[in-house]
Amino acid sequence: MSEKRYVARSTAIASRVLGDETMVMSATDSTLFTLDEVATVIWEAADGATPLEEIVTKKVCAQYDITPEVALKDAEVLVEQLAKHGLLLLSDKPIAQPASLPRETP
Amino acid sequence: MPGVMAAAQRSDVVVEIGGLPIRLRCDDPAFIRLIIERYAGYVSSSNDTGFEFDIELAPPGAEPRDEDVRVTWDSGRWLMERGDFRAEWNPSASRGRIQQTSNPYSLDSVLRIVHTLLLARKGGFLVHASSAIRNGRAFLFPGVSGAGKTTMARLAPPDATLLTDEISYVTRQDDRYFAVGTPFFGELAHAGENLRAPIEALYLLAKGSENKIEPVAGTDAVRGLLGNILFFARDAEFVKLVFDAACDFVSRVPVRRLTFVPDSRVWELIV
Repeated sequence: MSEKRYVARSTAIASRVLGDETMVMSATDSTLFTLDEVATVIWEAADGATPLEEIVTKKVCAQYDITPEVALKDAEVLVEQLAKHGLLLLSDKPIAQPASLPRETP
Repeated sequence: MPGVMAAAQRSDVVVEIGGLPIRLRCDDPAFIRLIIERYAGYVSSSNDTGFEFDIELAPPGAEPRDEDVRVTWDSGRWLMERGDFRAEWNPSASRGRIQQTSNPYSLDSVLRIVHTLLLARKGGFLVHASSAIRNGRAFLFPGVSGAGKTTMARLAPPDATLLTDEISYVTRQDDRYFAVGTPFFGELAHAGENLRAPIEALYLLAKGSENKIEPVAGTDAVRGLLGNILFFARDAEFVKLVFDAACDFVSRVPVRRLTFVPDSRVWELIV
């Protein structure tokens, strides 16, 4: 059995759920990404504490007619792509989410 | 003529755009006169200025470098640089300094940047768009260069008041959005009227063989708007503010695609 993988949303992004989709903007290079319905489920569950496999079985497979094996494979591809663009953090250990402090308002 | 003498000797002027007065100081009275002329309609007599900038002009003949604009946050101040200007602005102290050539368009760029930074914290933005008021309501027409911003401005009927043919100023007040006139112009080469009106709709421009309007929603609307918002600062917090501003805007203001033939009939659809 493969090791657990944890996923967490980067703090260097801005995101908004719009209908069934999620729009994500990289705060480092302003690139825009649109996540479809299933990717949105994974995105919203990426809290750094829940293993990807658990997200897939409890969130994705519970809502969509897909086998855990196929869903996990698709999810792995998705999170790798999002991590490549700096939108997600991946780790084999739980990821603590830092709190961000707002800058002084002019 | 006392008025002319006073203007000739002035070393400062207040330019008020979007209700935000900014005092500009310069030792060169000729440059102050140039600013007064360039920002006619936006020069204010207000003494209650939110921010002040000291302008230092480069010696005549100084050649500007060909560089893209860079805006960065560093040690409590914004640094703004391009080949023809270098500016810094400390928002906490409400003061800044601009080193630039005597070309007024350098100052134009600095003012645009400062307003984008200020507006972002209030849910507003500057957007590449022409805009006009008709029947007390404002309409925005964003688009890249060549999309038809100035064309829409030129085709506007007599009962429409032009706010700008190039850079529209969008402010948020509670859950309502307003368009405000700007002195930032494009090919039309004259400033918009210094007026304000609630925004009725935003039309993403596309030239075509017929006039038609289609609704644009969700991620397409955000993408269409964000692609035209002036976005200078590559700063994570600023990017988030602009992103949120665009998402909030499209959730409250109708966004449509306006495909149009460039003649005056297109304005029959804008009511």
